[in-house]
Amino acid sequence: MTADRAERERQLREQLEQAPTIPVDEFRTRSRRSFITGAIGVAGAIAGFRWLQNASTDDGIPFPLRDTLEFNEELWSTLSAGRSAPEHPVSKATPIQVNGRIGIRDEIDLATWTVRVLGPDGELLDELDISHFESLPQRDMVIEHKCIEGWSSIVHWGGTRFSDFHARYVDRIGDVAYVGLETPDGLYYVGWDMASILHPQTMLVLRQGDEPLDQAHGAPLRLATPNKYGIKCLKRIGVIRYSRERPADYWAERSYDWYAGL
Amino acid sequence: MSTDTRDQTDTSGAVARLVHPRAIRWLHWINFPLLLVMIWSGMRIYWAEDVYAFGIGSWQWFAFFPDSIYETFELERRLAKGMAFHFAFGWLFVINGAIYSIYLAVTGEWRHIVPDRHAPREAKDVVLHDVHLREDAPPQGKYNAAQRLSYTIALAMALVLVVSGFAIYKPTQLHPLPLLFGGYQGARLVHFTMTIGLVLFFLVHVIQVVRAGWGNFRSMVTGYVIEDET
Repeated sequence: MTADRAERERQLREQLEQAPTIPVDEFRTRSRRSFITGAIGVAGAIAGFRWLQNASTDDGIPFPLRDTLEFNEELWSTLSAGRSAPEHPVSKATPIQVNGRIGIRDEIDLATWTVRVLGPDGELLDELDISHFESLPQRDMVIEHKCIEGWSSIVHWGGTRFSDFHARYVDRIGDVAYVGLETPDGLYYVGWDMASILHPQTMLVLRQGDEPLDQAHGAPLRLATPNKYGIKCLKRIGVIRYSRERPADYWAERSYDWYAGL
Repeated sequence: MSTDTRDQTDTSGAVARLVHPRAIRWLHWINFPLLLVMIWSGMRIYWAEDVYAFGIGSWQWFAFFPDSIYETFELERRLAKGMAFHFAFGWLFVINGAIYSIYLAVTGEWRHIVPDRHAPREAKDVVLHDVHLREDAPPQGKYNAAQRLSYTIALAMALVLVVSGFAIYKPTQLHPLPLLFGGYQGARLVHFTMTIGLVLFFLVHVIQVVRAGWGNFRSMVTGYVIEDET
Protein backbone atom coordinates (compact mmCIF):
# COMPACT_ATOMS: atom_id res chain seq x y z
CA MET A 1 0.00 0.00 0.00
CA THR A 2 2.71 2.48 0.96
CA ALA A 3 4.84 1.26 -1.94
CA ASP A 4 1.92 1.95 -4.25
CA ARG A 5 1.54 5.38 -2.83
CA ALA A 6 5.23 6.18 -3.21
CA GLU A 7 5.13 5.01 -6.81
CA ARG A 8 2.06 7.13 -7.53
CA GLU A 9 3.64 10.18 -5.92
CA ARG A 10 6.74 9.66 -8.06
CA GLN A 11 4.67 9.46 -11.26
CA LEU A 12 2.66 12.56 -10.43
CA ARG A 13 5.83 14.49 -9.52
CA GLU A 14 7.40 13.46 -12.80
CA GLN A 15 4.44 14.93 -14.68
CA LEU A 16 4.98 18.26 -12.95
CA GLU A 17 8.72 18.32 -13.29
CA GLN A 18 8.47 18.35 -17.06
CA ALA A 19 7.44 21.99 -16.68
CA PRO A 20 10.25 24.59 -16.94
CA THR A 21 11.59 26.55 -13.98
CA ILE A 22 13.05 30.03 -13.75
CA PRO A 23 15.18 31.68 -11.06
CA VAL A 24 13.23 33.55 -8.44
CA ASP A 25 14.68 36.91 -9.51
CA GLU A 26 13.33 36.42 -12.99
CA PHE A 27 10.04 35.31 -11.47
CA ARG A 28 9.72 38.63 -9.62
CA THR A 29 10.11 40.57 -12.88
CA ARG A 30 7.66 38.35 -14.70
CA SER A 31 5.22 38.45 -11.84
CA ARG A 32 5.16 42.25 -11.89
CA ARG A 33 4.69 42.24 -15.65
CA SER A 34 1.82 39.74 -15.38
CA PHE A 35 -0.01 41.77 -12.77
CA ILE A 36 0.41 44.98 -14.77
CA THR A 37 -0.91 43.19 -17.88
CA GLY A 38 -3.80 41.87 -15.77
CA ALA A 39 -4.66 45.33 -14.46
CA ILE A 40 -4.61 46.75 -17.99
CA GLY A 41 -6.81 43.86 -19.12
CA VAL A 42 -9.37 44.47 -16.36
CA ALA A 43 -9.42 48.21 -17.06
CA GLY A 44 -9.73 47.53 -20.78
CA ALA A 45 -12.59 45.09 -20.33
CA ILE A 46 -14.52 47.49 -18.10
CA ALA A 47 -13.88 50.42 -20.45
CA GLY A 48 -14.88 48.30 -23.46
CA PHE A 49 -18.11 47.17 -21.86
CA ARG A 50 -18.96 50.73 -20.79
CA TRP A 51 -18.30 51.90 -24.33
CA LEU A 52 -20.59 49.21 -25.71
CA GLN A 53 -23.39 50.05 -23.30
CA ASN A 54 -23.15 53.73 -24.14
CA ALA A 55 -22.64 53.33 -27.89
CA SER A 56 -25.18 55.09 -30.08
CA THR A 57 -28.28 53.01 -30.50
CA ASP A 58 -29.79 51.51 -33.63
CA ASP A 59 -33.51 50.80 -33.05
CA GLY A 60 -33.07 50.68 -29.29
CA ILE A 61 -29.87 48.67 -28.86
CA PRO A 62 -26.17 49.66 -29.10
CA PHE A 63 -25.19 49.64 -32.78
CA PRO A 64 -22.49 46.93 -32.44
CA LEU A 65 -25.17 44.57 -31.09
CA ARG A 66 -27.54 45.48 -33.94
CA ASP A 67 -24.69 44.81 -36.39
CA THR A 68 -24.09 41.43 -34.75
CA LEU A 69 -27.78 40.50 -35.05
CA GLU A 70 -27.54 41.32 -38.75
CA PHE A 71 -24.34 39.32 -39.05
CA ASN A 72 -26.14 36.39 -37.38
CA GLU A 73 -29.01 36.75 -39.85
CA GLU A 74 -26.59 36.68 -42.77
CA LEU A 75 -24.75 33.68 -41.33
CA TRP A 76 -27.77 31.52 -40.56
CA SER A 77 -29.70 32.32 -43.72
CA THR A 78 -26.59 31.29 -45.71
CA LEU A 79 -25.75 28.22 -43.62
CA SER A 80 -29.02 26.37 -43.78
CA ALA A 81 -31.63 28.27 -45.74
CA GLY A 82 -34.86 26.44 -46.46
CA ARG A 83 -34.72 23.86 -43.69
CA SER A 84 -38.07 22.90 -42.19
CA ALA A 85 -39.25 22.41 -38.63
CA PRO A 86 -40.66 19.01 -37.68
CA GLU A 87 -44.44 18.60 -37.94
CA HIS A 88 -46.46 16.68 -35.38
CA PRO A 89 -49.51 14.41 -35.33
CA VAL A 90 -52.82 16.24 -34.83
CA SER A 91 -53.26 14.47 -31.47
CA LYS A 92 -50.35 16.49 -30.04
CA ALA A 93 -52.01 19.83 -30.74
CA THR A 94 -53.10 21.96 -27.79
CA PRO A 95 -54.95 25.28 -27.51
CA ILE A 96 -52.59 28.25 -27.79
CA GLN A 97 -52.60 31.12 -25.33
CA VAL A 98 -53.40 34.66 -26.45
CA ASN A 99 -50.38 36.88 -26.04
CA GLY A 100 -50.33 39.96 -28.27
CA ARG A 101 -53.35 42.21 -28.76
CA ILE A 102 -51.66 45.16 -30.44
CA GLY A 103 -53.64 46.05 -33.56
CA ILE A 104 -56.53 43.71 -32.72
CA ARG A 105 -57.88 45.12 -29.46
CA ASP A 106 -61.34 45.86 -30.84
CA GLU A 107 -63.47 43.27 -32.59
CA ILE A 108 -64.18 43.83 -36.28
CA ASP A 109 -67.02 42.81 -38.57
CA LEU A 110 -65.54 39.79 -40.29
CA ALA A 111 -68.13 39.96 -43.11
CA THR A 112 -66.80 43.29 -44.38
CA TRP A 113 -63.10 42.50 -43.85
CA THR A 114 -60.80 42.70 -46.85
CA VAL A 115 -57.04 42.61 -47.34
CA ARG A 116 -55.34 45.08 -49.65
CA VAL A 117 -52.39 43.78 -51.67
CA LEU A 118 -49.94 46.51 -52.64
CA GLY A 119 -47.08 46.41 -55.17
CA PRO A 120 -43.59 47.80 -54.55
CA ASP A 121 -44.56 51.25 -55.85
CA GLY A 122 -47.58 51.43 -53.59
CA GLU A 123 -50.02 50.49 -56.38
CA LEU A 124 -53.11 48.52 -55.35
CA LEU A 125 -52.84 45.05 -56.88
CA ASP A 126 -55.94 43.55 -55.29
CA GLU A 127 -58.50 43.97 -52.59
CA LEU A 128 -59.54 40.48 -51.52
CA ASP A 129 -62.14 39.01 -49.23
CA ILE A 130 -61.83 35.72 -47.36
CA SER A 131 -63.34 33.66 -50.21
CA HIS A 132 -60.16 34.21 -52.23
CA PHE A 133 -58.05 32.55 -49.53
CA GLU A 134 -60.59 29.73 -49.17
CA SER A 135 -60.27 29.04 -52.88
CA LEU A 136 -56.47 28.61 -52.72
CA PRO A 137 -54.99 25.11 -52.07
CA GLN A 138 -55.62 24.26 -48.42
CA ARG A 139 -53.25 22.46 -46.08
CA ASP A 140 -52.97 21.64 -42.40
CA MET A 141 -49.84 22.08 -40.34
CA VAL A 142 -49.24 20.93 -36.74
CA ILE A 143 -46.15 22.74 -35.53
CA GLU A 144 -44.51 24.08 -32.40
CA HIS A 145 -45.26 27.79 -32.23
CA LYS A 146 -42.47 29.54 -30.31
CA CYS A 147 -42.92 32.80 -28.49
CA ILE A 148 -39.89 35.04 -28.12
CA GLU A 149 -40.66 35.12 -24.38
CA GLY A 150 -39.74 31.46 -24.11
CA TRP A 151 -42.99 29.49 -24.08
CA SER A 152 -44.04 27.30 -26.97
CA SER A 153 -47.05 25.21 -27.84
CA ILE A 154 -47.97 22.73 -30.51
CA VAL A 155 -50.72 24.21 -32.66
CA HIS A 156 -52.85 22.83 -35.47
CA TRP A 157 -53.20 25.49 -38.15
CA GLY A 158 -55.21 25.27 -41.36
CA GLY A 159 -55.03 27.56 -44.36
CA THR A 160 -52.93 28.17 -47.41
CA ARG A 161 -49.22 28.54 -48.02
CA PHE A 162 -48.12 32.12 -48.54
CA SER A 163 -46.27 30.87 -51.63
CA ASP A 164 -49.58 29.69 -53.15
CA PHE A 165 -51.08 33.13 -52.54
CA HIS A 166 -47.94 34.75 -53.96
CA ALA A 167 -48.01 32.78 -57.24
CA ARG A 168 -50.60 35.16 -58.70
CA TYR A 169 -48.26 38.18 -58.34
CA VAL A 170 -44.91 36.72 -59.40
CA ASP A 171 -45.04 38.21 -62.90
CA ARG A 172 -46.55 41.53 -61.81
CA ILE A 173 -44.19 42.72 -59.08
CA GLY A 174 -40.76 42.13 -60.62
CA ASP A 175 -37.70 41.66 -58.45
CA VAL A 176 -38.85 42.25 -54.90
CA ALA A 177 -36.89 41.20 -51.81
CA TYR A 178 -39.38 41.80 -48.98
CA VAL A 179 -42.98 41.62 -47.87
CA GLY A 180 -44.51 43.82 -45.18
CA LEU A 181 -47.80 43.01 -43.46
CA GLU A 182 -50.00 45.23 -41.30
CA THR A 183 -53.13 45.02 -39.22
CA PRO A 184 -56.10 46.98 -40.69
CA ASP A 185 -55.51 49.84 -38.22
CA GLY A 186 -51.76 49.90 -39.00
CA LEU A 187 -50.81 49.64 -35.32
CA TYR A 188 -48.95 46.33 -35.69
CA TYR A 189 -46.70 45.61 -38.64
CA VAL A 190 -44.04 43.05 -39.51
CA GLY A 191 -41.39 42.70 -42.20
CA TRP A 192 -40.36 39.47 -43.89
CA ASP A 193 -37.60 38.61 -46.34
CA MET A 194 -38.83 36.83 -49.46
CA ALA A 195 -37.02 33.52 -48.79
CA SER A 196 -38.62 33.20 -45.35
CA ILE A 197 -42.15 34.10 -46.41
CA LEU A 198 -42.06 31.73 -49.39
CA HIS A 199 -40.94 28.88 -47.14
CA PRO A 200 -43.49 26.03 -47.43
CA GLN A 201 -44.22 26.25 -43.70
CA THR A 202 -45.11 29.95 -43.82
CA MET A 203 -48.90 29.93 -43.94
CA LEU A 204 -51.82 32.29 -44.26
CA VAL A 205 -54.00 30.72 -41.60
CA LEU A 206 -57.82 30.63 -41.62
CA ARG A 207 -58.45 27.85 -39.11
CA GLN A 208 -57.17 26.60 -35.79
CA GLY A 209 -57.87 22.87 -35.72
CA ASP A 210 -61.12 22.46 -37.63
CA GLU A 211 -62.63 25.71 -36.38
CA PRO A 212 -62.38 29.13 -37.98
CA LEU A 213 -59.90 31.37 -36.17
CA ASP A 214 -61.35 33.44 -33.35
CA GLN A 215 -60.64 37.15 -33.24
CA ALA A 216 -58.11 36.93 -30.41
CA HIS A 217 -56.03 34.57 -32.55
CA GLY A 218 -56.23 36.78 -35.61
CA ALA A 219 -59.49 36.08 -37.48
CA PRO A 220 -60.16 36.04 -40.30
CA LEU A 221 -56.60 35.67 -41.62
CA ARG A 222 -53.24 35.54 -39.86
CA LEU A 223 -49.68 34.46 -40.53
CA ALA A 224 -48.08 31.37 -38.94
CA THR A 225 -44.73 29.58 -39.08
CA PRO A 226 -42.62 27.34 -36.84
CA ASN A 227 -39.49 28.99 -38.23
CA LYS A 228 -39.71 32.46 -36.69
CA TYR A 229 -40.82 33.72 -33.30
CA GLY A 230 -44.52 34.49 -32.81
CA ILE A 231 -43.86 38.25 -33.00
CA LYS A 232 -43.56 37.79 -36.78
CA CYS A 233 -46.87 35.93 -37.10
CA LEU A 234 -49.16 38.92 -37.63
CA LYS A 235 -52.80 38.50 -36.66
CA ARG A 236 -55.75 40.00 -38.59
CA ILE A 237 -53.89 40.86 -41.78
CA GLY A 238 -55.17 44.08 -43.35
CA VAL A 239 -52.37 44.91 -45.79
CA ILE A 240 -49.84 42.79 -47.68
CA ARG A 241 -47.24 45.01 -49.28
CA TYR A 242 -44.43 43.89 -51.58
CA SER A 243 -41.36 45.99 -50.98
CA ARG A 244 -37.86 46.50 -52.39
CA GLU A 245 -36.60 47.82 -49.05
CA ARG A 246 -36.68 46.15 -45.68
CA PRO A 247 -40.16 46.92 -44.28
CA ALA A 248 -40.64 48.46 -40.87
CA ASP A 249 -41.20 45.96 -38.11
CA TYR A 250 -42.98 46.78 -34.86
CA TRP A 251 -40.74 44.82 -32.52
CA ALA A 252 -37.51 45.39 -34.45
CA GLU A 253 -38.10 49.11 -33.82
CA ARG A 254 -38.29 48.19 -30.13
CA SER A 255 -34.84 46.58 -29.74
CA TYR A 256 -35.66 43.08 -31.09
CA ASP A 257 -33.99 41.22 -33.94
CA TRP A 258 -35.60 42.04 -37.30
CA TYR A 259 -35.04 38.55 -38.70
CA ALA A 260 -36.17 36.61 -35.59
CA GLY A 261 -35.47 33.32 -37.37
CA LEU A 262 -35.35 29.99 -35.61
CA MET B 1 7.59 18.80 -3.71
CA SER B 2 6.59 21.56 -1.38
CA THR B 3 5.11 24.67 -2.84
CA ASP B 4 5.64 27.78 -0.83
CA THR B 5 2.57 29.92 -0.61
CA ARG B 6 4.20 32.61 1.53
CA ASP B 7 5.81 35.45 -0.33
CA GLN B 8 9.10 34.91 1.38
CA THR B 9 12.05 37.20 0.90
CA ASP B 10 14.73 34.61 1.58
CA THR B 11 14.69 32.77 -1.70
CA SER B 12 18.12 31.14 -1.69
CA GLY B 13 17.94 27.85 -3.52
CA ALA B 14 14.34 28.43 -4.63
CA VAL B 15 13.07 28.38 -8.17
CA ALA B 16 9.72 29.21 -9.73
CA ARG B 17 8.07 26.49 -11.74
CA LEU B 18 5.57 27.05 -14.51
CA VAL B 19 2.23 25.49 -13.59
CA HIS B 20 -0.26 27.38 -15.75
CA PRO B 21 0.83 27.97 -19.36
CA ARG B 22 0.20 31.43 -20.77
CA ALA B 23 -2.64 30.28 -23.05
CA ILE B 24 -4.57 28.70 -20.18
CA ARG B 25 -4.20 31.82 -18.05
CA TRP B 26 -5.51 34.09 -20.80
CA LEU B 27 -8.36 31.78 -21.77
CA HIS B 28 -9.33 31.29 -18.12
CA TRP B 29 -9.49 35.02 -17.37
CA ILE B 30 -11.18 35.93 -20.65
CA ASN B 31 -13.80 33.28 -19.96
CA PHE B 32 -14.76 34.86 -16.64
CA PRO B 33 -16.27 38.16 -17.90
CA LEU B 34 -17.75 36.41 -20.96
CA LEU B 35 -19.58 33.88 -18.80
CA LEU B 36 -20.67 36.71 -16.52
CA VAL B 37 -22.21 38.64 -19.43
CA MET B 38 -23.84 35.44 -20.74
CA ILE B 39 -25.46 34.68 -17.37
CA TRP B 40 -26.57 38.29 -16.88
CA SER B 41 -28.10 38.57 -20.36
CA GLY B 42 -29.48 35.03 -20.08
CA MET B 43 -31.34 35.97 -16.90
CA ARG B 44 -32.88 38.94 -18.72
CA ILE B 45 -34.18 36.43 -21.29
CA TYR B 46 -35.33 33.97 -18.65
CA TRP B 47 -37.28 36.71 -16.83
CA ALA B 48 -39.79 36.86 -19.71
CA GLU B 49 -40.87 33.27 -19.01
CA ASP B 50 -39.59 32.45 -15.51
CA VAL B 51 -41.29 29.12 -14.96
CA TYR B 52 -38.74 27.02 -13.10
CA ALA B 53 -39.07 26.25 -9.41
CA PHE B 54 -38.37 23.62 -6.82
CA GLY B 55 -41.53 22.23 -5.26
CA ILE B 56 -44.21 19.59 -5.42
CA GLY B 57 -47.32 20.14 -7.51
CA SER B 58 -48.48 23.71 -7.13
CA TRP B 59 -46.47 24.20 -3.93
CA GLN B 60 -43.26 26.07 -4.67
CA TRP B 61 -40.39 25.87 -2.24
CA PHE B 62 -38.08 28.10 -4.27
CA ALA B 63 -38.98 29.84 -7.52
CA PHE B 64 -36.29 31.06 -9.90
CA PHE B 65 -35.87 33.91 -9.30
CA PRO B 66 -37.07 36.03 -6.38
CA ASP B 67 -38.08 39.58 -7.33
CA SER B 68 -35.23 40.96 -5.25
CA ILE B 69 -32.71 39.32 -7.61
CA TYR B 70 -34.49 40.66 -10.70
CA GLU B 71 -34.60 44.15 -9.21
CA THR B 72 -31.02 44.18 -7.91
CA PHE B 73 -29.49 43.19 -11.24
CA GLU B 74 -31.94 45.13 -13.47
CA LEU B 75 -33.21 42.04 -15.23
CA GLU B 76 -36.86 43.01 -15.68
CA ARG B 77 -38.45 44.03 -19.00
CA ARG B 78 -35.15 43.77 -20.88
CA LEU B 79 -35.76 40.67 -22.99
CA ALA B 80 -34.73 42.32 -26.26
CA LYS B 81 -31.50 43.73 -24.83
CA GLY B 82 -30.83 40.41 -23.13
CA MET B 83 -31.13 38.61 -26.46
CA ALA B 84 -28.94 41.14 -28.26
CA PHE B 85 -26.14 40.74 -25.70
CA HIS B 86 -26.59 36.97 -25.49
CA PHE B 87 -26.35 36.36 -29.24
CA ALA B 88 -23.34 38.65 -29.60
CA PHE B 89 -21.26 37.57 -26.57
CA GLY B 90 -22.28 33.96 -27.16
CA TRP B 91 -19.91 33.84 -30.12
CA LEU B 92 -17.00 35.11 -28.00
CA PHE B 93 -17.81 32.57 -25.28
CA VAL B 94 -17.93 29.73 -27.82
CA ILE B 95 -14.74 30.84 -29.61
CA ASN B 96 -12.86 31.15 -26.32
CA GLY B 97 -14.07 27.72 -25.23
CA ALA B 98 -13.18 26.18 -28.60
CA ILE B 99 -9.63 27.56 -28.45
CA TYR B 100 -9.30 26.24 -24.90
CA SER B 101 -10.50 22.76 -25.92
CA ILE B 102 -8.15 22.64 -28.88
CA TYR B 103 -5.28 23.81 -26.68
CA LEU B 104 -5.94 21.09 -24.11
CA ALA B 105 -6.16 18.43 -26.81
CA VAL B 106 -3.07 19.46 -28.77
CA THR B 107 -0.70 20.08 -25.85
CA GLY B 108 -1.81 17.08 -23.80
CA GLU B 109 -2.63 19.47 -20.96
CA TRP B 110 -5.95 17.62 -20.60
CA ARG B 111 -4.04 14.84 -18.80
CA HIS B 112 -3.68 17.12 -15.78
CA ILE B 113 -7.43 17.75 -15.68
CA VAL B 114 -9.28 14.60 -16.72
CA PRO B 115 -9.69 12.25 -13.72
CA ASP B 116 -7.62 9.04 -13.80
CA ARG B 117 -8.71 5.70 -12.34
CA HIS B 118 -7.68 6.74 -8.79
CA ALA B 119 -9.82 9.86 -8.89
CA PRO B 120 -13.11 8.74 -7.30
CA ARG B 121 -11.45 7.32 -4.15
CA GLU B 122 -8.90 10.10 -3.91
CA ALA B 123 -11.51 12.81 -4.44
CA LYS B 124 -13.40 11.50 -1.42
CA ASP B 125 -10.15 11.63 0.62
CA VAL B 126 -9.48 15.19 -0.54
CA VAL B 127 -12.90 16.29 0.66
CA LEU B 128 -12.42 14.50 4.01
CA HIS B 129 -9.03 16.19 4.34
CA ASP B 130 -10.52 19.60 3.49
CA VAL B 131 -13.12 19.29 6.23
CA HIS B 132 -10.47 18.09 8.68
CA LEU B 133 -11.79 14.55 8.99
CA ARG B 134 -8.61 13.10 7.56
CA GLU B 135 -4.99 13.79 8.47
CA ASP B 136 -3.17 13.41 5.17
CA ALA B 137 -4.17 14.44 1.68
CA PRO B 138 -3.83 11.90 -1.12
CA PRO B 139 -0.96 12.36 -3.58
CA GLN B 140 -1.67 14.79 -6.38
CA GLY B 141 -0.25 16.16 -9.59
CA LYS B 142 -1.02 19.67 -10.79
CA TYR B 143 -4.56 19.26 -9.47
CA ASN B 144 -5.87 16.98 -6.77
CA ALA B 145 -8.54 14.41 -7.55
CA ALA B 146 -11.40 16.59 -6.31
CA GLN B 147 -10.19 19.41 -8.55
CA ARG B 148 -9.87 17.09 -11.53
CA LEU B 149 -13.41 15.84 -11.03
CA SER B 150 -14.97 19.25 -10.51
CA TYR B 151 -13.05 20.94 -13.35
CA THR B 152 -14.00 18.15 -15.71
CA ILE B 153 -17.65 18.33 -14.66
CA ALA B 154 -17.59 22.12 -15.11
CA LEU B 155 -16.13 21.75 -18.63
CA ALA B 156 -18.73 19.09 -19.48
CA MET B 157 -21.51 21.36 -18.19
CA ALA B 158 -20.16 24.22 -20.31
CA LEU B 159 -20.26 21.96 -23.37
CA VAL B 160 -23.86 20.88 -22.67
CA LEU B 161 -24.69 24.52 -21.98
CA VAL B 162 -23.44 25.57 -25.42
CA VAL B 163 -25.05 22.68 -27.31
CA SER B 164 -28.44 23.17 -25.60
CA GLY B 165 -28.07 26.91 -26.22
CA PHE B 166 -27.72 26.34 -29.95
CA ALA B 167 -30.75 24.00 -29.82
CA ILE B 168 -32.86 26.84 -28.38
CA TYR B 169 -31.31 29.47 -30.65
CA LYS B 170 -31.92 27.69 -33.97
CA PRO B 171 -34.26 24.73 -33.37
CA THR B 172 -35.32 24.51 -37.02
CA GLN B 173 -32.00 25.13 -38.68
CA LEU B 174 -30.20 22.74 -36.32
CA HIS B 175 -32.99 20.16 -36.22
CA PRO B 176 -32.82 17.41 -34.86
CA LEU B 177 -30.46 18.89 -32.22
CA PRO B 178 -33.32 19.83 -29.82
CA LEU B 179 -34.40 16.15 -29.71
CA LEU B 180 -31.16 15.44 -27.83
CA PHE B 181 -32.72 17.30 -24.90
CA GLY B 182 -36.28 16.03 -25.34
CA GLY B 183 -37.35 18.93 -27.55
CA TYR B 184 -37.30 22.72 -27.48
CA GLN B 185 -38.60 23.10 -23.91
CA GLY B 186 -36.30 20.30 -22.75
CA ALA B 187 -33.34 22.16 -24.20
CA ARG B 188 -34.46 25.29 -22.39
CA LEU B 189 -34.57 23.43 -19.05
CA VAL B 190 -31.17 21.80 -19.64
CA HIS B 191 -29.68 25.17 -20.60
CA PHE B 192 -31.01 26.71 -17.39
CA THR B 193 -29.87 23.78 -15.22
CA MET B 194 -26.34 23.85 -16.62
CA THR B 195 -26.17 27.57 -15.86
CA ILE B 196 -27.18 26.98 -12.24
CA GLY B 197 -24.61 24.16 -12.11
CA LEU B 198 -21.85 26.46 -13.36
CA VAL B 199 -22.81 29.16 -10.88
CA LEU B 200 -22.57 26.61 -8.04
CA PHE B 201 -19.19 25.49 -9.39
CA PHE B 202 -18.08 29.12 -9.46
CA LEU B 203 -19.07 29.68 -5.82
CA VAL B 204 -17.16 26.60 -4.62
CA HIS B 205 -14.24 27.56 -6.88
CA VAL B 206 -13.98 31.02 -5.32
CA ILE B 207 -14.15 29.62 -1.78
CA GLN B 208 -11.40 27.11 -2.57
CA VAL B 209 -9.22 29.76 -4.21
CA VAL B 210 -9.51 31.90 -1.07
CA ARG B 211 -8.65 28.86 1.07
CA ALA B 212 -5.67 27.93 -1.09
CA GLY B 213 -4.08 31.32 -0.54
CA TRP B 214 -2.17 34.00 -2.36
CA GLY B 215 0.54 31.84 -3.95
CA ASN B 216 -2.09 29.73 -5.67
CA PHE B 217 -4.05 32.74 -6.91
CA ARG B 218 -0.84 34.40 -8.11
CA SER B 219 0.03 31.32 -10.14
CA MET B 220 -3.11 31.82 -12.26
CA VAL B 221 -1.90 35.36 -13.04
CA THR B 222 1.83 34.82 -13.42
CA GLY B 223 1.88 31.14 -14.32
CA TYR B 224 4.50 30.25 -11.69
CA VAL B 225 4.71 28.89 -8.16
CA ILE B 226 7.83 29.26 -6.05
CA GLU B 227 9.18 25.94 -4.90
CA ASP B 228 12.20 24.86 -2.86
CA GLU B 229 14.98 23.29 -4.85
CA THR B 230 15.45 19.90 -3.27
